[in-house]
Amino acid sequence: MTPTLSPNPITDLNALFTFPFMVNALEAGTIVAVLAAVVGWYMVLRRQSFAGHTLSVMAFPGAAGAALIGLPSTLGYYLACGGAALLMRSRRWSIRSRSGSQTETVTIATVQTLGLAAGFLFLSLNNAVLGGTETLLFGTFLGVSRGQVLALLIVALVVLALIALAARPLLLETIDPEAARARGLPVALLDAGFLLLLAAAVAATSQITGALLVFALLVAPAAAAQQVTMRPALGLVLSVVFALAIVWLGLGIAYFSIYPVGFYVTSIAFAVYLAARLARTVKRAR
Amino acid sequence: MIELSGAAVRLGGKRVFSDVELHVGAGALVAVLGPNGAGKSTLMRVILGLVRLEAGSVTVLGRSPAQARGEIGYLPQRHGFDSSTRLRGVDLVRLGLDGARWGIPVALTKAARKRHRAEAQQVEDAITLAGAQAYAHRPIGELSGGEQQRLLIAQALVREPKLLILDEPLDSLDLPNQAAVTALLRRICTAQRVSVLLVAHDVNPLLPYLDQVIYMAGGQARTGPAAEVITSATLSELYGAPIEVLQTQDGRLVVVGQPEAPHHHGHRHELVT
Repeated sequence: MTPTLSPNPITDLNALFTFPFMVNALEAGTIVAVLAAVVGWYMVLRRQSFAGHTLSVMAFPGAAGAALIGLPSTLGYYLACGGAALLMRSRRWSIRSRSGSQTETVTIATVQTLGLAAGFLFLSLNNAVLGGTETLLFGTFLGVSRGQVLALLIVALVVLALIALAARPLLLETIDPEAARARGLPVALLDAGFLLLLAAAVAATSQITGALLVFALLVAPAAAAQQVTMRPALGLVLSVVFALAIVWLGLGIAYFSIYPVGFYVTSIAFAVYLAARLARTVKRAR
Repeated sequence: MIELSGAAVRLGGKRVFSDVELHVGAGALVAVLGPNGAGKSTLMRVILGLVRLEAGSVTVLGRSPAQARGEIGYLPQRHGFDSSTRLRGVDLVRLGLDGARWGIPVALTKAARKRHRAEAQQVEDAITLAGAQAYAHRPIGELSGGEQQRLLIAQALVREPKLLILDEPLDSLDLPNQAAVTALLRRICTAQRVSVLLVAHDVNPLLPYLDQVIYMAGGQARTGPAAEVITSATLSELYGAPIEVLQTQDGRLVVVGQPEAPHHHGHRHELVT
Protein backbone atom coordinates (compact mmCIF):
# COMPACT_ATOMS: atom_id res chain seq x y z
CA MET A 1 0.00 0.00 0.00
CA THR A 2 1.33 3.39 -0.94
CA PRO A 3 0.38 6.34 1.22
CA THR A 4 -1.14 9.16 -0.75
CA LEU A 5 -0.44 12.86 -0.41
CA SER A 6 -3.04 14.79 1.49
CA PRO A 7 -3.77 18.46 0.83
CA ASN A 8 -2.20 19.37 4.17
CA PRO A 9 1.65 19.30 4.08
CA ILE A 10 1.90 19.08 7.89
CA THR A 11 -0.13 15.87 7.89
CA ASP A 12 2.16 14.52 5.19
CA LEU A 13 5.24 15.39 7.20
CA ASN A 14 3.79 13.74 10.29
CA ALA A 15 2.94 10.65 8.25
CA LEU A 16 6.64 10.27 7.46
CA PHE A 17 7.41 9.66 11.12
CA THR A 18 4.55 7.35 12.06
CA PHE A 19 6.18 4.09 11.05
CA PRO A 20 9.34 2.83 12.77
CA PHE A 21 10.79 1.63 9.46
CA MET A 22 10.57 5.19 8.16
CA VAL A 23 12.19 6.63 11.29
CA ASN A 24 15.03 4.11 10.96
CA ALA A 25 15.41 4.99 7.27
CA LEU A 26 15.58 8.71 8.02
CA GLU A 27 18.12 8.20 10.79
CA ALA A 28 20.29 5.85 8.75
CA GLY A 29 20.03 8.15 5.73
CA THR A 30 21.06 11.17 7.81
CA ILE A 31 24.09 9.40 9.29
CA VAL A 32 25.23 8.10 5.93
CA ALA A 33 24.68 11.45 4.23
CA VAL A 34 26.98 13.28 6.67
CA LEU A 35 29.63 10.54 6.52
CA ALA A 36 29.61 10.24 2.72
CA ALA A 37 29.59 14.01 2.21
CA VAL A 38 32.71 14.59 4.34
CA VAL A 39 34.74 11.61 3.13
CA GLY A 40 33.52 12.26 -0.42
CA TRP A 41 34.76 15.86 -0.28
CA TYR A 42 38.32 14.65 0.29
CA MET A 43 37.88 11.84 -2.22
CA VAL A 44 36.84 14.21 -4.99
CA LEU A 45 39.68 16.63 -4.18
CA ARG A 46 42.11 13.69 -4.21
CA ARG A 47 40.75 12.46 -7.55
CA GLN A 48 40.15 9.06 -6.04
CA SER A 49 36.58 8.71 -7.31
CA PHE A 50 37.55 5.69 -9.36
CA ALA A 51 39.08 4.04 -6.31
CA GLY A 52 35.86 4.81 -4.41
CA HIS A 53 33.80 3.27 -7.19
CA THR A 54 35.92 0.12 -7.14
CA LEU A 55 35.47 -0.19 -3.39
CA SER A 56 31.71 0.17 -3.72
CA VAL A 57 31.50 -2.53 -6.38
CA MET A 58 33.49 -4.89 -4.11
CA ALA A 59 30.87 -4.33 -1.40
CA PHE A 60 28.38 -6.41 -3.41
CA PRO A 61 30.30 -9.75 -3.45
CA GLY A 62 31.33 -9.01 0.15
CA ALA A 63 27.78 -8.80 1.41
CA ALA A 64 26.58 -11.68 -0.77
CA GLY A 65 29.53 -13.86 0.24
CA ALA A 66 29.04 -13.15 3.93
CA ALA A 67 25.38 -14.13 3.67
CA LEU A 68 26.38 -17.35 1.87
CA ILE A 69 28.68 -18.52 4.66
CA GLY A 70 26.28 -17.42 7.35
CA LEU A 71 27.94 -14.19 8.52
CA PRO A 72 26.03 -10.94 8.96
CA SER A 73 26.02 -9.10 5.65
CA THR A 74 27.02 -5.89 7.47
CA LEU A 75 30.31 -7.56 8.36
CA GLY A 76 30.67 -8.64 4.74
CA TYR A 77 30.45 -5.04 3.56
CA TYR A 78 33.22 -3.83 5.85
CA LEU A 79 35.49 -6.85 5.28
CA ALA A 80 35.19 -6.68 1.50
CA CYS A 81 35.72 -2.91 1.27
CA GLY A 82 38.55 -2.93 3.81
CA GLY A 83 40.23 -5.86 2.07
CA ALA A 84 39.88 -4.21 -1.33
CA ALA A 85 41.39 -1.00 0.08
CA LEU A 86 44.40 -2.86 1.48
CA LEU A 87 44.86 -4.71 -1.81
CA MET A 88 44.65 -1.51 -3.84
CA ARG A 89 47.12 0.09 -1.49
CA SER A 90 49.62 -2.76 -1.71
CA ARG A 91 49.30 -2.86 -5.52
CA ARG A 92 49.54 0.93 -5.61
CA TRP A 93 46.17 1.08 -7.38
CA SER A 94 45.11 3.91 -5.14
CA ILE A 95 47.35 6.22 -7.14
CA ARG A 96 45.29 9.19 -8.14
CA SER A 97 43.77 9.00 -11.57
CA ARG A 98 46.02 11.71 -12.98
CA SER A 99 49.09 9.53 -12.67
CA GLY A 100 47.31 6.21 -13.05
CA SER A 101 48.47 4.31 -16.10
CA GLN A 102 46.24 2.64 -18.64
CA THR A 103 47.15 -0.83 -17.31
CA GLU A 104 46.03 0.07 -13.81
CA THR A 105 42.68 1.33 -15.07
CA VAL A 106 42.16 -1.83 -17.10
CA THR A 107 43.13 -4.04 -14.15
CA ILE A 108 40.70 -2.27 -11.83
CA ALA A 109 37.90 -2.43 -14.39
CA THR A 110 38.47 -6.18 -14.83
CA VAL A 111 38.52 -6.78 -11.09
CA GLN A 112 35.31 -4.77 -10.73
CA THR A 113 33.49 -6.94 -13.27
CA LEU A 114 34.80 -10.07 -11.58
CA GLY A 115 33.53 -8.75 -8.25
CA LEU A 116 30.04 -8.19 -9.65
CA ALA A 117 30.01 -11.66 -11.22
CA ALA A 118 31.21 -13.28 -7.98
CA GLY A 119 28.51 -11.46 -6.01
CA PHE A 120 25.88 -12.72 -8.43
CA LEU A 121 27.24 -16.29 -8.07
CA PHE A 122 27.20 -16.09 -4.26
CA LEU A 123 23.57 -15.00 -4.32
CA SER A 124 22.59 -17.82 -6.69
CA LEU A 125 24.40 -20.37 -4.53
CA ASN A 126 22.73 -19.01 -1.44
CA ASN A 127 19.28 -19.32 -2.97
CA ALA A 128 17.78 -17.63 0.05
CA VAL A 129 16.66 -14.17 -0.91
CA LEU A 130 18.53 -12.51 1.93
CA GLY A 131 18.31 -8.99 0.67
CA GLY A 132 18.41 -10.19 -2.90
CA THR A 133 20.38 -8.91 -5.84
CA GLU A 134 18.26 -5.84 -6.26
CA THR A 135 18.66 -4.75 -2.65
CA LEU A 136 22.41 -5.28 -2.61
CA LEU A 137 22.90 -3.38 -5.85
CA PHE A 138 20.28 -0.67 -5.58
CA GLY A 139 19.78 -0.23 -1.87
CA THR A 140 17.26 -0.75 0.86
CA PHE A 141 16.49 2.50 2.59
CA LEU A 142 13.27 1.07 3.87
CA GLY A 143 14.51 -2.16 5.44
CA VAL A 144 16.98 -0.79 7.98
CA SER A 145 16.94 -2.25 11.50
CA ARG A 146 17.68 -0.50 14.82
CA GLY A 147 20.91 -2.48 15.10
CA GLN A 148 22.03 -1.30 11.67
CA VAL A 149 21.35 2.31 12.58
CA LEU A 150 23.45 1.96 15.71
CA ALA A 151 26.30 0.28 13.81
CA LEU A 152 26.22 3.05 11.19
CA LEU A 153 26.34 5.69 13.91
CA ILE A 154 29.41 4.14 15.55
CA VAL A 155 31.28 3.75 12.25
CA ALA A 156 30.39 7.28 11.21
CA LEU A 157 31.53 8.79 14.51
CA VAL A 158 34.89 6.97 14.40
CA VAL A 159 35.57 7.86 10.75
CA LEU A 160 34.52 11.50 11.17
CA ALA A 161 36.61 11.89 14.33
CA LEU A 162 39.70 10.56 12.56
CA ILE A 163 39.11 12.84 9.56
CA ALA A 164 38.64 15.83 11.87
CA LEU A 165 41.91 15.14 13.69
CA ALA A 166 43.84 14.78 10.42
CA ALA A 167 41.86 17.44 8.52
CA ARG A 168 44.72 19.81 7.74
CA PRO A 169 47.57 17.32 7.20
CA LEU A 170 45.26 15.33 4.92
CA LEU A 171 44.46 18.47 2.93
CA LEU A 172 48.14 19.33 2.53
CA GLU A 173 48.95 15.74 1.55
CA THR A 174 46.10 15.83 -0.98
CA ILE A 175 47.21 19.06 -2.64
CA ASP A 176 50.97 18.63 -2.42
CA PRO A 177 52.35 15.25 -1.24
CA GLU A 178 55.97 16.28 -1.74
CA ALA A 179 55.59 19.39 0.42
CA ALA A 180 53.81 17.30 3.04
CA ARG A 181 56.76 14.91 3.14
CA ALA A 182 59.19 17.78 3.55
CA ARG A 183 57.13 19.06 6.50
CA GLY A 184 57.67 15.72 8.22
CA LEU A 185 54.13 14.37 7.74
CA PRO A 186 53.65 10.59 7.46
CA VAL A 187 52.54 10.70 3.83
CA ALA A 188 52.25 6.94 3.30
CA LEU A 189 50.19 6.55 6.48
CA LEU A 190 47.87 9.39 5.47
CA ASP A 191 47.40 7.88 2.03
CA ALA A 192 46.69 4.36 3.31
CA GLY A 193 44.64 5.66 6.22
CA PHE A 194 42.39 7.71 3.98
CA LEU A 195 41.79 4.75 1.68
CA LEU A 196 40.69 2.68 4.69
CA LEU A 197 38.38 5.46 5.91
CA LEU A 198 37.00 5.70 2.38
CA ALA A 199 36.40 1.93 2.45
CA ALA A 200 34.50 2.24 5.73
CA ALA A 201 32.40 5.11 4.37
CA VAL A 202 31.66 3.18 1.17
CA ALA A 203 30.71 0.06 3.14
CA ALA A 204 28.38 2.08 5.37
CA THR A 205 26.84 3.98 2.47
CA SER A 206 26.30 0.96 0.24
CA GLN A 207 24.24 -0.74 2.95
CA ILE A 208 21.70 2.01 2.41
CA THR A 209 22.09 3.04 -1.22
CA GLY A 210 23.25 -0.31 -2.58
CA ALA A 211 26.62 -0.93 -4.17
CA LEU A 212 25.80 0.77 -7.47
CA LEU A 213 24.18 3.95 -6.18
CA VAL A 214 26.86 4.88 -3.63
CA PHE A 215 27.90 7.71 -5.87
CA ALA A 216 24.69 9.57 -5.27
CA LEU A 217 25.97 10.40 -1.80
CA LEU A 218 29.74 10.00 -2.08
CA VAL A 219 30.48 11.98 -5.24
CA ALA A 220 27.58 14.21 -6.22
CA PRO A 221 27.30 16.38 -3.04
CA ALA A 222 31.06 16.82 -2.77
CA ALA A 223 31.55 17.55 -6.46
CA ALA A 224 28.66 20.03 -6.40
CA ALA A 225 30.09 21.76 -3.31
CA GLN A 226 33.47 22.11 -5.00
CA GLN A 227 31.79 23.70 -8.01
CA VAL A 228 30.13 26.27 -5.78
CA THR A 229 33.01 27.20 -3.48
CA MET A 230 36.75 26.79 -3.24
CA ARG A 231 36.91 27.41 0.50
CA PRO A 232 37.69 24.12 2.25
CA ALA A 233 35.56 24.73 5.36
CA LEU A 234 32.58 26.11 3.46
CA GLY A 235 32.90 23.32 0.89
CA LEU A 236 32.68 20.64 3.56
CA VAL A 237 29.62 22.26 5.11
CA LEU A 238 27.92 22.65 1.71
CA SER A 239 28.69 19.05 0.82
CA VAL A 240 26.93 17.90 4.00
CA VAL A 241 23.97 20.22 3.33
CA PHE A 242 23.59 18.89 -0.22
CA ALA A 243 23.81 15.26 0.92
CA LEU A 244 21.19 15.78 3.65
CA ALA A 245 18.87 17.52 1.19
CA ILE A 246 19.29 14.67 -1.29
CA VAL A 247 18.54 11.96 1.28
CA TRP A 248 15.64 13.69 3.02
CA LEU A 249 13.96 14.75 -0.22
CA GLY A 250 14.53 11.34 -1.78
CA LEU A 251 13.09 9.48 1.19
CA GLY A 252 10.18 11.88 1.50
CA ILE A 253 9.18 11.57 -2.15
CA ALA A 254 9.67 7.80 -2.21
CA TYR A 255 7.36 7.40 0.77
CA PHE A 256 4.45 8.71 -1.26
CA SER A 257 5.46 6.98 -4.47
CA ILE A 258 5.47 3.45 -5.86
CA TYR A 259 8.91 3.86 -7.40
CA PRO A 260 12.16 2.85 -5.64
CA VAL A 261 13.88 5.30 -3.32
CA GLY A 262 17.28 4.76 -4.97
CA PHE A 263 15.94 6.29 -8.15
CA TYR A 264 14.81 9.44 -6.38
CA VAL A 265 17.98 9.84 -4.34
CA THR A 266 20.18 9.41 -7.41
CA SER A 267 18.08 11.72 -9.56
CA ILE A 268 18.08 14.48 -6.96
CA ALA A 269 21.84 14.05 -6.51
CA PHE A 270 22.30 14.38 -10.23
CA ALA A 271 20.08 17.47 -10.31
CA VAL A 272 22.09 19.08 -7.48
CA TYR A 273 25.35 18.47 -9.31
CA LEU A 274 23.93 19.77 -12.57
CA ALA A 275 22.62 22.91 -10.87
CA ALA A 276 26.02 23.54 -9.24
CA ARG A 277 27.80 23.20 -12.58
CA LEU A 278 25.32 25.50 -14.26
CA ALA A 279 25.67 28.05 -11.50
CA ARG A 280 29.42 28.07 -11.98
CA THR A 281 29.19 28.36 -15.75
CA VAL A 282 26.78 31.30 -15.44
CA LYS A 283 29.03 32.97 -12.86
CA ARG A 284 32.07 32.62 -15.09
CA ALA A 285 30.28 33.88 -18.18
CA ARG A 286 29.47 37.11 -16.38
CA MET B 1 73.12 28.78 8.28
CA ILE B 2 74.23 25.59 6.51
CA GLU B 3 77.49 23.77 7.20
CA LEU B 4 78.46 20.64 5.33
CA SER B 5 81.85 19.02 5.63
CA GLY B 6 83.11 15.86 4.01
CA ALA B 7 79.51 15.03 3.15
CA ALA B 8 78.93 11.79 1.22
CA VAL B 9 75.69 10.10 0.21
CA ARG B 10 75.02 6.61 -1.03
CA LEU B 11 71.59 5.76 -2.39
CA GLY B 12 70.63 2.22 -3.31
CA GLY B 13 74.27 1.12 -3.14
CA LYS B 14 75.37 3.84 -5.55
CA ARG B 15 77.59 6.72 -4.45
CA VAL B 16 75.85 9.96 -5.35
CA PHE B 17 78.53 12.36 -4.16
CA SER B 18 81.34 12.58 -1.64
CA ASP B 19 83.56 15.17 0.06
CA VAL B 20 81.08 18.01 -0.38
CA GLU B 21 82.00 21.13 1.57
CA LEU B 22 79.49 23.92 1.92
CA HIS B 23 79.12 27.04 4.00
CA VAL B 24 76.09 29.28 3.53
CA GLY B 25 75.77 32.47 5.56
CA ALA B 26 72.68 34.43 6.61
CA GLY B 27 70.90 36.28 3.81
CA ALA B 28 72.89 34.62 1.05
CA LEU B 29 71.48 33.59 -2.32
CA VAL B 30 73.11 30.37 -3.47
CA ALA B 31 72.52 28.39 -6.66
CA VAL B 32 73.09 24.66 -6.95
CA LEU B 33 74.15 23.82 -10.50
CA GLY B 34 75.20 20.77 -12.45
CA PRO B 35 73.96 18.16 -14.92
CA ASN B 36 71.02 15.87 -14.24
CA GLY B 37 71.88 13.03 -11.92
CA ALA B 38 74.73 14.92 -10.23
CA GLY B 39 72.89 14.87 -6.89
CA LYS B 40 71.49 18.39 -6.68
CA SER B 41 68.09 17.30 -5.42
CA THR B 42 69.73 14.75 -3.12
CA LEU B 43 71.83 17.52 -1.57
CA MET B 44 68.63 19.50 -0.90
CA ARG B 45 67.09 16.43 0.70
CA VAL B 46 70.17 16.05 2.93
CA ILE B 47 69.74 19.61 4.17
CA LEU B 48 66.04 18.92 4.79
CA GLY B 49 66.93 15.82 6.78
CA LEU B 50 65.18 13.48 4.35
CA VAL B 51 68.38 11.71 3.28
CA ARG B 52 71.05 10.54 5.70
CA LEU B 53 74.75 11.13 5.12
CA GLU B 54 77.03 8.15 4.67
CA ALA B 55 80.01 10.15 5.89
CA GLY B 56 80.78 13.70 7.00
CA SER B 57 78.55 16.08 8.88
CA VAL B 58 75.72 18.49 8.23
CA THR B 59 74.29 21.18 10.48
CA VAL B 60 71.47 23.53 9.59
CA LEU B 61 70.96 26.64 11.72
CA GLY B 62 73.41 25.06 14.19
CA ARG B 63 71.28 21.94 14.66
CA SER B 64 70.60 18.66 12.94
CA PRO B 65 68.49 19.02 9.78
CA ALA B 66 65.51 17.24 11.34
CA GLN B 67 65.54 19.63 14.31
CA ALA B 68 65.81 22.66 12.06
CA ARG B 69 62.97 21.55 9.79
CA GLY B 70 60.47 23.93 11.36
CA GLU B 71 62.56 26.88 10.24
CA ILE B 72 63.13 25.75 6.67
CA GLY B 73 60.78 26.68 3.87
CA TYR B 74 60.87 24.18 1.03
CA LEU B 75 59.53 24.23 -2.51
CA PRO B 76 59.73 20.82 -4.18
CA GLN B 77 60.26 20.50 -7.89
CA ARG B 78 56.92 20.36 -9.60
CA HIS B 79 55.11 20.49 -12.87
CA GLY B 80 52.24 22.77 -11.93
CA PHE B 81 48.90 22.10 -10.35
CA ASP B 82 46.25 20.30 -12.32
CA SER B 83 44.02 22.85 -14.05
CA SER B 84 40.94 21.54 -12.24
CA THR B 85 42.38 21.93 -8.73
CA ARG B 86 39.59 23.64 -6.79
CA LEU B 87 41.56 25.52 -4.15
CA ARG B 88 42.41 29.19 -3.86
CA GLY B 89 45.89 30.60 -3.62
CA VAL B 90 45.24 31.87 -0.08
CA ASP B 91 44.25 28.35 1.04
CA LEU B 92 47.47 27.03 -0.42
CA VAL B 93 49.51 29.67 1.44
CA ARG B 94 47.56 28.97 4.63
CA LEU B 95 48.56 25.29 4.39
CA GLY B 96 52.14 26.50 4.64
CA LEU B 97 51.24 27.71 8.12
CA ASP B 98 48.95 25.00 9.48
CA GLY B 99 49.16 22.14 6.97
CA ALA B 100 51.21 20.01 9.34
CA ARG B 101 49.00 20.72 12.36
CA TRP B 102 46.90 17.85 13.70
CA GLY B 103 43.63 18.34 15.52
CA ILE B 104 40.17 19.63 14.82
CA PRO B 105 40.49 22.73 12.62
CA VAL B 106 37.67 24.69 14.24
CA ALA B 107 38.47 27.70 16.43
CA LEU B 108 36.25 27.23 19.48
CA THR B 109 37.87 29.29 22.22
CA LYS B 110 38.48 33.02 22.22
CA ALA B 111 42.24 32.47 22.15
CA ALA B 112 41.94 30.13 19.19
CA ARG B 113 39.89 32.70 17.26
CA LYS B 114 42.46 35.38 18.02
CA ARG B 115 45.21 33.14 16.77
CA HIS B 116 43.15 32.34 13.69
CA ARG B 117 42.91 36.04 12.88
CA ALA B 118 46.62 36.61 13.49
CA GLU B 119 47.41 33.76 11.13
CA ALA B 120 45.13 35.18 8.45
CA GLN B 121 47.20 38.38 8.70
CA GLN B 122 50.43 36.38 8.39
CA VAL B 123 49.07 34.71 5.24
CA GLU B 124 48.20 38.09 3.79
CA ASP B 125 51.65 39.49 4.60
CA ALA B 126 53.38 36.55 2.91
CA ILE B 127 51.23 36.97 -0.20
CA THR B 128 52.06 40.69 -0.29
CA LEU B 129 55.76 39.94 0.14
CA ALA B 130 55.61 37.56 -2.82
CA GLY B 131 53.63 40.10 -4.85
CA ALA B 132 50.75 37.69 -5.43
CA GLN B 133 47.82 39.77 -4.12
CA ALA B 134 46.15 40.20 -7.51
CA TYR B 135 45.33 36.50 -7.99
CA ALA B 136 45.50 35.01 -4.48
CA HIS B 137 41.73 34.40 -4.46
CA ARG B 138 41.56 32.65 -7.80
CA PRO B 139 41.79 28.86 -8.23
CA ILE B 140 45.45 27.83 -8.33
CA GLY B 141 44.83 25.45 -11.23
CA GLU B 142 43.87 28.36 -13.48
CA LEU B 143 46.97 30.47 -12.75
CA SER B 144 50.09 30.71 -14.91
CA GLY B 145 53.31 28.98 -13.92
CA GLY B 146 54.83 32.24 -12.68
CA GLU B 147 51.77 33.06 -10.58
CA GLN B 148 51.70 29.57 -9.07
CA GLN B 149 55.41 29.90 -8.31
CA ARG B 150 54.90 33.18 -6.43
CA LEU B 151 52.08 31.67 -4.37
CA LEU B 152 54.29 28.68 -3.55
CA ILE B 153 57.05 31.05 -2.48
CA ALA B 154 54.50 32.81 -0.28
CA GLN B 155 53.54 29.40 1.14
CA ALA B 156 57.17 28.70 1.98
CA LEU B 157 57.62 32.19 3.47
CA VAL B 158 54.52 32.26 5.63
CA ARG B 159 56.16 30.54 8.58
CA GLU B 160 58.98 33.09 8.42
CA PRO B 161 61.72 30.54 7.80
CA LYS B 162 65.40 31.40 8.18
CA LEU B 163 66.27 29.22 5.20
CA LEU B 164 64.40 28.81 1.93
CA ILE B 165 65.14 25.83 -0.31
CA LEU B 166 63.76 25.74 -3.84
CA ASP B 167 64.15 22.86 -6.28
CA GLU B 168 64.21 24.22 -9.84
CA PRO B 169 61.92 27.18 -9.16
CA LEU B 170 62.66 28.68 -12.58
CA ASP B 171 62.01 25.51 -14.53
CA SER B 172 58.96 25.84 -16.81
CA LEU B 173 58.86 29.64 -16.46
CA ASP B 174 59.37 31.95 -19.42
CA LEU B 175 62.30 34.39 -19.41
CA PRO B 176 60.51 37.47 -18.00
CA ASN B 177 59.05 35.36 -15.20
CA GLN B 178 62.45 33.79 -14.50
CA ALA B 179 63.90 37.26 -14.07
CA ALA B 180 60.97 38.43 -11.93
CA VAL B 181 61.04 35.43 -9.60
CA THR B 182 64.82 35.70 -9.22
CA ALA B 183 64.56 39.39 -8.35
CA LEU B 184 61.84 38.53 -5.82
CA LEU B 185 64.09 35.93 -4.18
CA ARG B 186 66.95 38.41 -4.00
CA ARG B 187 64.65 40.94 -2.35
CA ILE B 188 63.55 38.38 0.22
CA CYS B 189 67.17 37.48 0.99
CA THR B 190 68.15 41.05 1.59
CA ALA B 191 65.03 42.36 3.31
CA GLN B 192 64.17 39.38 5.51
CA ARG B 193 67.70 38.04 6.05
CA VAL B 194 66.56 34.67 4.72
CA SER B 195 69.16 32.44 3.13
CA VAL B 196 67.98 31.04 -0.18
CA LEU B 197 69.32 27.87 -1.73
CA LEU B 198 67.97 27.05 -5.17
CA VAL B 199 68.59 24.33 -7.69
CA ALA B 200 68.84 25.68 -11.23
CA HIS B 201 69.42 24.42 -14.73
CA ASP B 202 70.56 27.68 -16.20
CA VAL B 203 72.74 30.02 -14.17
CA ASN B 204 72.33 33.00 -16.49
CA PRO B 205 69.08 34.52 -15.19
CA LEU B 206 70.55 34.23 -11.69
CA LEU B 207 74.06 35.59 -12.35
CA PRO B 208 73.47 39.21 -11.34
CA TYR B 209 71.95 38.19 -7.99
CA LEU B 210 74.05 35.28 -6.77
CA ASP B 211 76.38 35.30 -3.78
CA GLN B 212 77.68 31.81 -4.32
CA VAL B 213 77.29 28.74 -6.50
CA ILE B 214 77.69 25.04 -5.80
CA TYR B 215 78.57 23.18 -8.96
CA MET B 216 77.99 19.44 -8.72
CA ALA B 217 79.34 16.96 -11.27
CA GLY B 218 81.16 13.65 -11.33
CA GLY B 219 80.24 12.85 -7.72
CA GLN B 220 81.94 16.00 -6.40
CA ALA B 221 81.13 19.63 -5.84
CA ARG B 222 82.91 23.00 -5.98
CA THR B 223 81.70 25.99 -4.03
CA GLY B 224 82.43 29.68 -4.40
CA PRO B 225 81.52 32.85 -6.29
CA ALA B 226 80.17 32.11 -9.77
CA ALA B 227 83.12 33.76 -11.46
CA GLU B 228 85.55 31.45 -9.66
CA VAL B 229 83.61 28.20 -10.03
CA ILE B 230 82.23 28.40 -13.55
CA THR B 231 85.61 28.44 -15.25
CA SER B 232 87.23 26.15 -17.79
CA ALA B 233 89.77 24.93 -15.24
CA THR B 234 87.39 24.14 -12.39
CA LEU B 235 84.75 22.45 -14.53
CA SER B 236 87.33 20.39 -16.44
CA GLU B 237 88.59 19.13 -13.10
CA LEU B 238 85.07 18.31 -11.88
CA TYR B 239 83.99 16.48 -15.00
CA GLY B 240 87.40 14.89 -15.54
CA ALA B 241 87.16 15.95 -19.18
CA PRO B 242 88.09 19.10 -21.10
CA ILE B 243 85.39 21.74 -20.66
CA GLU B 244 85.40 25.24 -22.02
CA VAL B 245 83.47 28.13 -20.49
CA LEU B 246 82.75 30.96 -22.89
CA GLN B 247 81.31 34.35 -22.15
CA THR B 248 78.98 35.96 -24.66
CA GLN B 249 78.99 39.68 -25.29
CA ASP B 250 75.99 40.24 -23.04
CA GLY B 251 77.69 38.45 -20.16
CA ARG B 252 76.00 35.04 -20.48
CA LEU B 253 78.06 31.99 -19.65
CA VAL B 254 78.10 29.08 -22.07
CA VAL B 255 79.61 25.73 -21.14
CA VAL B 256 80.96 23.76 -24.07
CA GLY B 257 81.91 20.08 -24.18
CA GLN B 258 79.88 19.04 -21.18
CA PRO B 259 79.69 15.25 -21.06
CA GLU B 260 76.05 14.41 -20.37
CA ALA B 261 75.14 12.33 -17.39
CA PRO B 262 72.26 10.02 -18.23
CA HIS B 263 69.12 12.06 -17.77
CA HIS B 264 65.40 11.67 -18.07
CA HIS B 265 64.03 15.00 -19.12
CA GLY B 266 66.26 15.73 -22.07
CA HIS B 267 64.04 18.51 -23.36
CA ARG B 268 65.62 21.18 -21.17
CA HIS B 269 69.24 20.45 -21.50
CA GLU B 270 71.14 22.60 -23.89
CA LEU B 271 74.69 23.85 -23.91
CA VAL B 272 73.82 26.76 -21.67
CA THR B 273 74.53 26.03 -18.05
